[in-house]
Amino acid sequence: MSGRRLHEFPGGLKLEGHKSLSNAHPIRRAPLSELLVIPLQQHIGEPAEPLVKVGQKVLKGEPIAKPQGYISVPIHASSSGTVIAIDDHPVPHPSGLSAPCILIKTDGDDKWCEPPRFILDDWREMEPSALRNRIREAGIVGLGGAGFPTFIKLNPGTAPAVDWLILNGAECEPYITCDDLVMRERAEQIVGGLLVMRHALHAARCLIGIEDNKPEAIARLGEVVAALGDDTIEVVPVPTRYPAGGEKQLIKVLTGREVPSNGLPLDVRVVCHNVATAAAVFQAVEDGRPLVSRVVTVTGHGIQDPCNLEVPIGTPVEDLLREAGHFTDSFERLIIGGPMMGFEITSLRVPVIKTTNCLLAVARDELPGAGPQLPCIRCGACAETCPARLQPQMLYWYSQARDFDRVQDFKLFDCIECGCCSYVCPSHIPLVHYYRYAKTEIWAREREREKADHARRRHEFRQERLEREKRERQERLRKKQAAAKAGSDKKAEIQAALARVKQKKAKQAADGEATDK
Amino acid sequence: MSGTRIELRTAPHAHAPVDVPLIMRHVIYALLPIVAWSVWLFGLGTLLLILTVTATALATERLLGGEGGERSIRDGSAVITGLLLALTLPPAFPLWMGVVAAVAAIGLGKMLFGGLGMNPLNPALVGRAFVQAAFPASITTWIPPLGAERFTSVAPSTLAPPFLRPEGLAEWIADQRVDAFTGATPLGLFKFDGVITPLRDLLAGTTAGSAGETPALLIVACGLYLAFRRFLDWRIPLAVMAGVVLAAGPLHLLDAERFPDPWFMLLSGGLMLGAWFMATDMVGSPVTPWGVLIYGLLIGLLTVVIRLFGGLSEGVMYAILLANAATPLIERLTQPRVFGAARRKE
Repeated sequence: MSGRRLHEFPGGLKLEGHKSLSNAHPIRRAPLSELLVIPLQQHIGEPAEPLVKVGQKVLKGEPIAKPQGYISVPIHASSSGTVIAIDDHPVPHPSGLSAPCILIKTDGDDKWCEPPRFILDDWREMEPSALRNRIREAGIVGLGGAGFPTFIKLNPGTAPAVDWLILNGAECEPYITCDDLVMRERAEQIVGGLLVMRHALHAARCLIGIEDNKPEAIARLGEVVAALGDDTIEVVPVPTRYPAGGEKQLIKVLTGREVPSNGLPLDVRVVCHNVATAAAVFQAVEDGRPLVSRVVTVTGHGIQDPCNLEVPIGTPVEDLLREAGHFTDSFERLIIGGPMMGFEITSLRVPVIKTTNCLLAVARDELPGAGPQLPCIRCGACAETCPARLQPQMLYWYSQARDFDRVQDFKLFDCIECGCCSYVCPSHIPLVHYYRYAKTEIWAREREREKADHARRRHEFRQERLEREKRERQERLRKKQAAAKAGSDKKAEIQAALARVKQKKAKQAADGEATDK
Repeated sequence: MSGTRIELRTAPHAHAPVDVPLIMRHVIYALLPIVAWSVWLFGLGTLLLILTVTATALATERLLGGEGGERSIRDGSAVITGLLLALTLPPAFPLWMGVVAAVAAIGLGKMLFGGLGMNPLNPALVGRAFVQAAFPASITTWIPPLGAERFTSVAPSTLAPPFLRPEGLAEWIADQRVDAFTGATPLGLFKFDGVITPLRDLLAGTTAGSAGETPALLIVACGLYLAFRRFLDWRIPLAVMAGVVLAAGPLHLLDAERFPDPWFMLLSGGLMLGAWFMATDMVGSPVTPWGVLIYGLLIGLLTVVIRLFGGLSEGVMYAILLANAATPLIERLTQPRVFGAARRKE
């Protein structure tokens, strides 16, 4: 291990880990479900577009939806079977709403499709762009929770150079142990993925940050890294302190660099990926295996047999619960994710997706709910614990007053929604909820403003066109009138000429008469 | 509407086992030894005063709180206001004036602004400032501690009928068989007679003064309890005391005859009670780290200035009220650097 000097992020909390509930047994394979529900949106960005039709037979690993736009990845069938519907179905989302999904009735054979040809190439000799493409084709997104397409984060763009590639194995949220188990059991894959990522990024040095409450994982990865004999790769235990696994917080702890507010890790020449993502990258590049399954922690005192399961993407939650021995008598509610940032679900039909890291079955009194909300007394506990060094009490004050300009002055958008402030608030104010409300409201207003701007531009353009047409019409009219006027002058001239001729003739006639006499 | 109830529970799903009533309860626990000592020092009349003022504070909160009043008296904040207010009043203060003070404290100081969490100024001090202006004679009438008859008789002023001038205390004080009582607090003695009270009396509280402001040592101990339980921001009392020392120290060095030493300034009057229990009122004090420091120093400095250069012998109350009023400004000027924001000088 290393004697690297670590840094501290502001605030944070010491939380009860509850990790030993689920990390005592090795990862088990979940049995194949009869029905797989595969949402088209499992990542940040544009949803994928279906490639299959209802009734079509698909094989495991076959692409069933293709990316739309840049920030998007394909989706693969996670087992062999028949597409029985492409329709709205409940998905794991805090809103509880439904979204378009591809439903596959499995045939039980779990038959893989032909592996793509590219696995014959050696990735060490590939162009980074081709490597990124391969990772995109495998449908890999960040498995830590946010689900941002991994290939984009492997693109250094125009950045001068990447100093550090960081693998995030902190897993700071209580109860969740899936990364812990992946690190213990798949350390070689993680380090393999790290090397692939490093090749794509040309990163100078690599760090694997793991909270020090996971000694087995630290030891295991340490062995694998030592066997590599590369002293630019280090496994670094970091102090257990929520939210040490937040990307910006982990970067601060390991490198002392602060990702700028409104910026990306790349701005401080750092790139950060989750450890399980690295393992998935390795599988994709080395074996040509797309992302069709992930490890999910099923835990809590509300379930009889807490465990970690390797789960095909699209497996309904109820099948996982059955595998974990189903609910205990004291079961109260089900949370997807951890107790700090997860969300409650009410339907057991929602599927596991690429970003589902934990199913937390909460027993009665296991997580005592916050009591009734009281007025804020400005005690400052929230500000003390905020890892972004914000003033949560001011954000709350202006959010509830709907003063969205002031709330942005207090840097609302630097909030990472870790929940520390709500956790400590003695007035039980659901602070994070207020911030989400304010953020959504501000986004909605921005969209409105854009729409209004667009409408205003169109209106101005129309006004201008009308003006121009009016001007042109007047111009034409003026010309016509001028022409008409010019016409009447000529007539007068002709009249005058005629008159003169007449006069002349009359004179001649008179003269003639005179001569005749 | 139908009978279905949808409960919206959002992250985080876990919560620390701390709530406002718990904090308030511990503040009350921390005040109880001071209350007990105060009753021991000044007797039955003081007990009556403390009970009356606290009961009035609760009743005012209940009445003015409207529908929420029943809930809001349960959080315990009105009890704290009542106790603190009573502890800042002279021990033989007429009970009916105590009622006026409590109504002003809760009514003008708190409910007028919207109740708990909305008061810009410390409610107890608003109440005291009100009676300081309304009853200038009674608020500066003191009795000696440890009077012989203090548990068997009540000073005549305590039971004075409303709206009448309380009768003189000379006869009652004579009955107490106390040596050489001048009727002035240590600060008054210093300001008007140039007499310095012995340190031992200041620490134990065996001097004339408001009901609960005299036992400096006990107040610090109770304050430390809250600080250790993290129900009180220890930086505030520390900054207040630092402010006093920084202002009084150089003056004392300059002219020891005119200006007392910082120890005397720290331990006399209401400074300790103000620093530990009034300035630390969460609602009216800043949250930002630098703001807390500036706020505390400001209170210490203003206290010394008022005591030494003002017309009054004591200045803690106005110093805290002024600093309360300056809190929004102090906070605006001391916003911490948000994580990831550029450092100012780089």
